[in-house]
Amino acid sequence: MDVELLTPTPETTEAPRPPSPSRDVAGFVVRRLLHLLGLLAGVALVGFVLMELSPVDPIDAYVGGDAVRLGEQQREAIAERWGLNDPPAERLAHWASNLVRGDLGTSTIFNAPVTQVMGQRFTASLALLATAWVLSGVIGFALGLVAAANHGRHLDRAIRWTAYTLASAPTFWVGLLLLTVFAVQLGWVPTSGATPIGMDPAQATLFQRLHHLILPALTLSIVGIAPVTLHTRTRALEVLGSEAVLFARAQGDSGWGLIRHRVMRNAAVPALMLQFASISELLGGSVLAEQVFNYPGLGQATVRAGVQGDVPLLLGIALFATVLVFVGNQVGDIAQRMVDPRVPVLGRRGRR
Amino acid sequence: MTVPTLVSPGHPDVTLHLPDRRRRALWTVSILLIVLAAVVVAGTLLADVAAKPDLLNRRQAPSLSHPFGTDWLGRDLLARTLVGLRLSLVVGTLAAAVSAVIALLLSIVAASLGRWADTAVGWLVDLFLAVPHLVLLILVAFAFGGGLTGVVVAVAVTHWPSLARLLRAEGRRVMEADYVHLSRNLGKSRWWIGRKHLLRHLLPQFTVGLVLLFPHAILHEAALSFLGFGLPPDSPAVGIILADAMRELSSGAWWLALLPGLALLAVVKAVDVLGDQVRALTDPRSVHE
Amino acid sequence: MTLLTVEDLSISFVQYEAGLRRRKLDVVTGLDLEAARGEVVAVVGASGSGKSLLAHAVLGLLPSNAIERGKILYDGAELDDRRRRELRGRDIALVPQSVAFLDPVTRVGDQVERAARLIGEPEPARAAEKALRRRHLPEGVEKLYPHQLSGGMARRILAAIATIGRPSLIIADEPTPGLHEAVVAETLTDLRRVADDGAGVVLITHDLEGALTVADRVAVFYAGTTVEQTRAEAFQGDGEALAHPYSRALWRALPAHGFQALPGGQPAPDDLPSGCLFADRCPLVADQCRDNRPLPRRVGGATVRCIRA
Repeated sequence: MDVELLTPTPETTEAPRPPSPSRDVAGFVVRRLLHLLGLLAGVALVGFVLMELSPVDPIDAYVGGDAVRLGEQQREAIAERWGLNDPPAERLAHWASNLVRGDLGTSTIFNAPVTQVMGQRFTASLALLATAWVLSGVIGFALGLVAAANHGRHLDRAIRWTAYTLASAPTFWVGLLLLTVFAVQLGWVPTSGATPIGMDPAQATLFQRLHHLILPALTLSIVGIAPVTLHTRTRALEVLGSEAVLFARAQGDSGWGLIRHRVMRNAAVPALMLQFASISELLGGSVLAEQVFNYPGLGQATVRAGVQGDVPLLLGIALFATVLVFVGNQVGDIAQRMVDPRVPVLGRRGRR
Repeated sequence: MTVPTLVSPGHPDVTLHLPDRRRRALWTVSILLIVLAAVVVAGTLLADVAAKPDLLNRRQAPSLSHPFGTDWLGRDLLARTLVGLRLSLVVGTLAAAVSAVIALLLSIVAASLGRWADTAVGWLVDLFLAVPHLVLLILVAFAFGGGLTGVVVAVAVTHWPSLARLLRAEGRRVMEADYVHLSRNLGKSRWWIGRKHLLRHLLPQFTVGLVLLFPHAILHEAALSFLGFGLPPDSPAVGIILADAMRELSSGAWWLALLPGLALLAVVKAVDVLGDQVRALTDPRSVHE
Repeated sequence: MTLLTVEDLSISFVQYEAGLRRRKLDVVTGLDLEAARGEVVAVVGASGSGKSLLAHAVLGLLPSNAIERGKILYDGAELDDRRRRELRGRDIALVPQSVAFLDPVTRVGDQVERAARLIGEPEPARAAEKALRRRHLPEGVEKLYPHQLSGGMARRILAAIATIGRPSLIIADEPTPGLHEAVVAETLTDLRRVADDGAGVVLITHDLEGALTVADRVAVFYAGTTVEQTRAEAFQGDGEALAHPYSRALWRALPAHGFQALPGGQPAPDDLPSGCLFADRCPLVADQCRDNRPLPRRVGGATVRCIRA
């Protein structure tokens, strides 16, 4: 987990412009969209090149163990159908034009349009991701504040030690432990899947879904708490050493009141931005968590696509993940501007 | 004269009797390096023991003769774990080193070859950071067909961007300094400037960055192995040991998952602390700790 | 009757240097101060002589890597940590330097209200509004954020917050750096008025001239030590009424009095001489001066740390 201690400083490099809200918003959105399109083009290109490099024979990957029994003619037929015999440049152009039209191809594993597969799988992952995102953010923030408030004392040391340890723990191992204890040994929760086995997924009740969601969500949350705690703690300690807090203490402010009124909002400003930026790590973690709990979400689909050589699906997921991360970062940027009164919402920040 | 800036309240008293923090850091670094070296040595020596199946003693709980117990093939789990850890450390070192070097080279290019190069590198960094680590890892590992090379390349390729970003900013700062302008005016070539000034200034941050990349590299190697993208299923990579353990969960052999994972956690933590102490020793900004 | 008595206060810090070395900084070594109700005592000295630490020490706000020694008495009784916590904001208040001491992400009105709540006002919002209006701050200032305030407004808000609890002792820490002349005058007059109403005011500043317009007594500060405490009237003519050579040098260095600067600089806090701290620059220095630090003694109406006075 990346415990990068970022403290973005609110900089404005432009003098306040004359007010024209609609033009500002439109320009803002267009600029960001262009950036996203550039990223997607880059990812698509890199992805395609990587797939070209891959020594895996897509036909073997698709057919799996039965590949030995494939006759030459059958191979040729499959290759023709998937356009595997065309030169790379032609395939790239073909694929790119499809992409632009929104056609991401067909998944070789599920034999369905990639967009459809991703849609279904993402809906399943959404609950997991959202829960973990909220929980890790809220609990991590609270723990960070508690640690800072108790700086130097045992509680702070305990929280810090726990956070550092969790940050070094492999996500899937935490999941395995939780699985062993709560599902296998205690039997409190099911061991796999998003819905009870043997049941039509559409029939599952909300309670059953939640029941299956608990452990994977817990796993993802636990691992996500650590960096938030550590960053919040650092930021809160910085604020506690600031001149504003000195003056507050001179007025008699102390303890939890001081934290609530002087530290919380100041620490929340960068914390919010980071929480949105953590979506990237969250997606990565979900791949591992879903694998451990056999949860049929987008993460598990990524693994299957990689193991079984489903190139269209793998590339589709890469593009989709890029969009998600981008949107997350943008929302985080906007949210931070709204929360910090010193930064104008639509102005251009100093670029790195 | 600068009065020391306010330290946050509640900071533990630093009287002159407390052991010197810097000295402690040096001790910690030395001890940790010895421990990690011991793991690597142990892993090398135990390679045969780790591979020996003993079908009469399968799935044994931890005991004196098998401190970590035995796995589903009767192999001693402690030996397997140590071999796996050695693998993780080697792969981690290699991948982190390659990553750091890529980051360094690219940031030197960005700083010394003009605005065009700088923008290009910046765009490249953005691109790689736009995709979640694990997705990129899987993509690259898949492209290289798995195996050791695939894992090393995948981990190396995923970690250079964040360090590159740091070094690029630092590089820009160096290039804007007066003594660099002087060198330029004296007619020194860009290459010369790059080597003499840039390299010297980027080296400390490069070293710190390299050591800080370590724990992530190890964790990602384990993740890839766990998912089945790394080495062949028989090799004792810790991720594979844990994947096996997952299959065996219903048999109640809890030690198969807990102990190797704990060992990996300890190693990652050790590497993390090592990096932190190195940073404390070399970073001139840590004066007031 | 003395409200505040500071006797031989010393404050030191431990700092890490490059590599493994540490060093000890003796920032304040022999600070004496007396302030009575109804009077303004100016603590005057060059920038960076550690004057702000006096304010932090009295309020109990020193960082915990600070080593504090000496005696502080408030209203006759010793000022220990517990008493400091009880009196902060109520009986003893701080007027800080600038708008940087306000919380940047909270509206000004909320901050004043919180100050009112902290001292136990039953209706904090009303008390806050009264405090702001009393200082002629315009309607609507409550909604502003600190970075939107002008220098003068910020001054008045800091003063409003400090005085909301009707404190008996006010410590103003460099209240007039880099401000417009009119605002400086207004701030000083305000402090005078507060003293006239019965409070004791300690005015920490490097602006000797400005301080003399409102001060009753002056404590001269050099390299972390109080070298002289005397009446404000002593600062006139050629400074003959001043007992310590540094006080005289300070007076004569002012533009209106000849602008004669004293060569040299203050000794560094990590390498203080064993004798008088002023010895290297003193026109009256003798051999005994370098042996021991002089203790404060009464000379005329002043208290001086000088064996030659």
